[in-house]
Amino acid sequence: MAGLTFDLLAMQLFTGLALGAIYVLFAIGLSLIFGMLMVVNFAHGAFFMVGAYVGLFVLMLGGDFWTALVVVPLAVGLIGLVVERFLVRPLYGRGIDYPLLLTFGLGYVMIELVRIAFGKTGYPFDTPELLQGAVNIGIGYFPLYRLFVLGAAVAVLLGLWLFLEKTSFGLIIRAGARDPQIVRVLGVDVSRVWLVVFGIGTGIAGLAGVLAAPLQGVIPEMGSTILAEAFVVTVVGGMGSIGGAVIAGLLVGVVVSMTSLFAPEMAKVSIFALMALVLLVRPQGFFGRAGLMS
Amino acid sequence: MAVNEMSQSLAEAPPSSAGWFEFARRHRAGLASLFVLVFPLVMPFTALAANILIYGLYALGFNLVFGFLGLLSFGHAALFGTGAYLCGIAIVHFGLPWYAAIVIGVVAGAIMAAAIGALAIRTRGIYFAMVTMALAQCVYYLFYQAEGWTGGENGLRGINVNRIEIFGIKLDFIDPLTRYYVIAAFVILALFALSRILASPFGAVIQAVRENEARARASGYNVTLTRFITFVLSGAFCGLAGALAALHLSIVPIEMLYYETSGMAVMMSLLGGMGTFFGPFVGAAVFLLLENLVSLWTVHWQLIVGAVFVACVLFFPAGIWGTILKRLDR
Amino acid sequence: MTMKSTKATGISRRRLLATASAGAALAVSPFRINIVHADEGTIKVGFPVPLTGPYGTEAQDQVRAAEVAIAEFNEGGGLNGRKAELLVRDDKLNPGEAATRTLELIEKDKVSFIVGSLSASVQLAVNNVTKERKVIYNSISQSDVINEAKDFSKYTFHEALNPHITAGAVGRYAFQKFGKKVAFLTADYAYGHEMVRGFQRAGKPFGIETLVDIRHPIGTTDFSALLPRIQALKPDILCISNFGRDQQISLKQATDFGMKKSMKIIAPVLLFTGRLAAGAQAFEGVIGGTSYYWGIEDKVASAKAFNDRFRKMHDGKVPSDYGALGYGGVMTLLMGAKKAGTLDADKVIEAVEALKYDYYKGPEYYRKCDHQAVQSVLIIESKSKPEKGPADVFNVLTVEEPNEANLRTCEELGHKA
Repeated sequence: MAGLTFDLLAMQLFTGLALGAIYVLFAIGLSLIFGMLMVVNFAHGAFFMVGAYVGLFVLMLGGDFWTALVVVPLAVGLIGLVVERFLVRPLYGRGIDYPLLLTFGLGYVMIELVRIAFGKTGYPFDTPELLQGAVNIGIGYFPLYRLFVLGAAVAVLLGLWLFLEKTSFGLIIRAGARDPQIVRVLGVDVSRVWLVVFGIGTGIAGLAGVLAAPLQGVIPEMGSTILAEAFVVTVVGGMGSIGGAVIAGLLVGVVVSMTSLFAPEMAKVSIFALMALVLLVRPQGFFGRAGLMS
Repeated sequence: MAVNEMSQSLAEAPPSSAGWFEFARRHRAGLASLFVLVFPLVMPFTALAANILIYGLYALGFNLVFGFLGLLSFGHAALFGTGAYLCGIAIVHFGLPWYAAIVIGVVAGAIMAAAIGALAIRTRGIYFAMVTMALAQCVYYLFYQAEGWTGGENGLRGINVNRIEIFGIKLDFIDPLTRYYVIAAFVILALFALSRILASPFGAVIQAVRENEARARASGYNVTLTRFITFVLSGAFCGLAGALAALHLSIVPIEMLYYETSGMAVMMSLLGGMGTFFGPFVGAAVFLLLENLVSLWTVHWQLIVGAVFVACVLFFPAGIWGTILKRLDR
Repeated sequence: MTMKSTKATGISRRRLLATASAGAALAVSPFRINIVHADEGTIKVGFPVPLTGPYGTEAQDQVRAAEVAIAEFNEGGGLNGRKAELLVRDDKLNPGEAATRTLELIEKDKVSFIVGSLSASVQLAVNNVTKERKVIYNSISQSDVINEAKDFSKYTFHEALNPHITAGAVGRYAFQKFGKKVAFLTADYAYGHEMVRGFQRAGKPFGIETLVDIRHPIGTTDFSALLPRIQALKPDILCISNFGRDQQISLKQATDFGMKKSMKIIAPVLLFTGRLAAGAQAFEGVIGGTSYYWGIEDKVASAKAFNDRFRKMHDGKVPSDYGALGYGGVMTLLMGAKKAGTLDADKVIEAVEALKYDYYKGPEYYRKCDHQAVQSVLIIESKSKPEKGPADVFNVLTVEEPNEANLRTCEELGHKA
């Protein structure tokens, strides 16, 4: 194959990691929500998209990108809290399909609301000035903004890890992910925990959205494709496992990047084939809890 | 689970209900057929009525697995689309007559269902939904890449069935009403077949498996085989719907295999009432009518449909038709 | 439980026969509705376009321009006094939906002509429905396939350019100016392949060297996996063959990767609305083609006349490239009908085939074998600073005059001479 050098391969690998960073941020929320609440959030893509639009809105109001980075996860997380409290919570106990179906319909509604508010064609989203341009990372020139995204993902993961490992609330969340029944028996108000988890999960998704905006612009449909890919990530990594989401997210990013090198048409189908394979061979993924059934 | 109790109450009539309601339940297929026959006269245009028939059948096929068996599948577009494509390919590339193409569509849907089912049936709950979604995506790419057969992104064109002959009677298939009634004939056949299946002992086993899998297995029923057969039957119905769609529109768009089409089946079944016989049909009608009529006033029909769907999930889990039936049953 | 099922079976068989025969009787009865075009009253022109979806803005502009055409036709006396009417329908950029809308327009509204659709798959779907029912259809968006014998019918017309001509024109301009080593980034669908074919056909006489042709799935939002490879090959020219959002994103990301510093980027089609949406930075320095740009009104009288009519009817706005196609598509059919003096399809087809017209951009005519409008192609470059108002986004570098030799031959398309 023409031009296949070590530098190129290394570049593709690195690109894959950077690509995976967005997948990871997006999928973590999905995995967390499923792990704790047993809810497959089909509206997660819509939250991603809303995050991008909230960021756009902040820019429209005259704010800058850095303000948006702070505002977006808070705003989207707040929306997530409201959704969980009033729409998802009434459905617990009705069977595992109902919250899924609700979020499925909710996704449609959210997309349409954004279309009404912002129009259907979408907007460009300029890379913040500070982060424009490319840097020489030794194996070639790489856009500075993508390095930033990689860094931001690492920062968020670190923050999340600290929260889960070092705070008492994080302890409850981890315990709840391991065994919700015991946590309830021990007198913890599980519904409040779930509320917070849903908020955190959607908030991070919103952040992923605003981080992705300079890469691809914003359109109302931007959440749908990444949702399908995120399902692959959560399934392969294991629903409910954050570590799994990280590893699987990076893996998927690298797989897409490397197949793009050799057979770009196969890039998308390769991840779905991977998903099907994992589901059939080891349904709990690499790190998920076995026995997460109906 | 609430879903199962509800479906149970809809399937079995308590002995003291009104006589005419009991009559309606027993002759549900017949009444549905009558409805289908007069339908085009109340629709804004016949092509829409035909679409409702086709998507209604698709939703009914899906509901066999979703409402009656209790498995949520997000991959039914693969069955619908396979039926459509194979019917179209039979006509365009092999020059087969239309009735043979329909049969091929039905068989193709069943075979695809067997393939997907063989892989997916072992999983349960959420994972079943995820596997079917992933496999359906693979099917989509398969058909997309096979450009020579399917037209790829541009879809399959040239399914031009203009004149058909049924038992010696020559019919003009281009004429909208004729086309509708030919499609309706097949849908009515399917309705009767579905009713037969559900009323048969096998139908009882399907619902037993949904209600309590352990008990069904303990009673000696092969749960996995039951699931598999139901999935294949569902594939046959959806394949028929697809074949009819191909003949009606004279094209098969690649969009038929999109994940959104699978989502449509879920929406229509839930909107209409997933535990009922005719509910998905009602759901399809409501969905398509809303899409068409609301489009006249506002381009944001998806908001209304989505909101209605969310409302149904929250407050009317029996769906529109299911809730109506429950009210009438009082 | 068992009793119930036997009873149901017994009656259902009878019912089956009854309903089936009722259906058959209705089908052959005189109640059948025949497809008849209205002989009196307004001339109905069906206009299915994607009002919802990513190309809603283009579609709405097409509607505006079509309205200008209808008004102009009516003011000119119509067809022996009969006025025209535009019936707009939303096809949601979905071929199945478009087919349904077309059926509605033909069967319920009894239109005489159909003009519309944006996207190859949709226009092919509409075409399949119209040609079986012998209704004239003028397609106003790009596609190579619609010229081919398999999809073509005498009722099919194609006012828009096709990828072959457009890519060819841009290639002919760029390959002599910027170099011979060419890399291709192509959307992996029919339209993408058609554009590449157009480029390569045009590039052969210049002796271009294809370094690589990277295919990406449509809807790709991240090209970072593909761009480094292209950079490593050091091409003179990068041909980006995709459309709409794919184009906007790939141009933006190519800019981010600093690729404009080392190579010239060309694209077959630059959308007016796309340029407005994506902003100046992404399109900076990119050269492409288009069928129409309002800025040619300085040189082309018919463009000025069309633009002025459009401005008058629509608050001073100027028409976009796709909008102008909406105008042209409707106008040619209505003028053909006027010339023929009738709405009879065969006679109108004859009249339109014979038409030599200049309605909005310069002289055009339809080639007989495939009803492709032979017209000029404008080579444009994005302007970084608009001078004559916010719509002043392109510089017209040159105009490639209409030339049948730039199309694929009739034989190649499968038409028998």
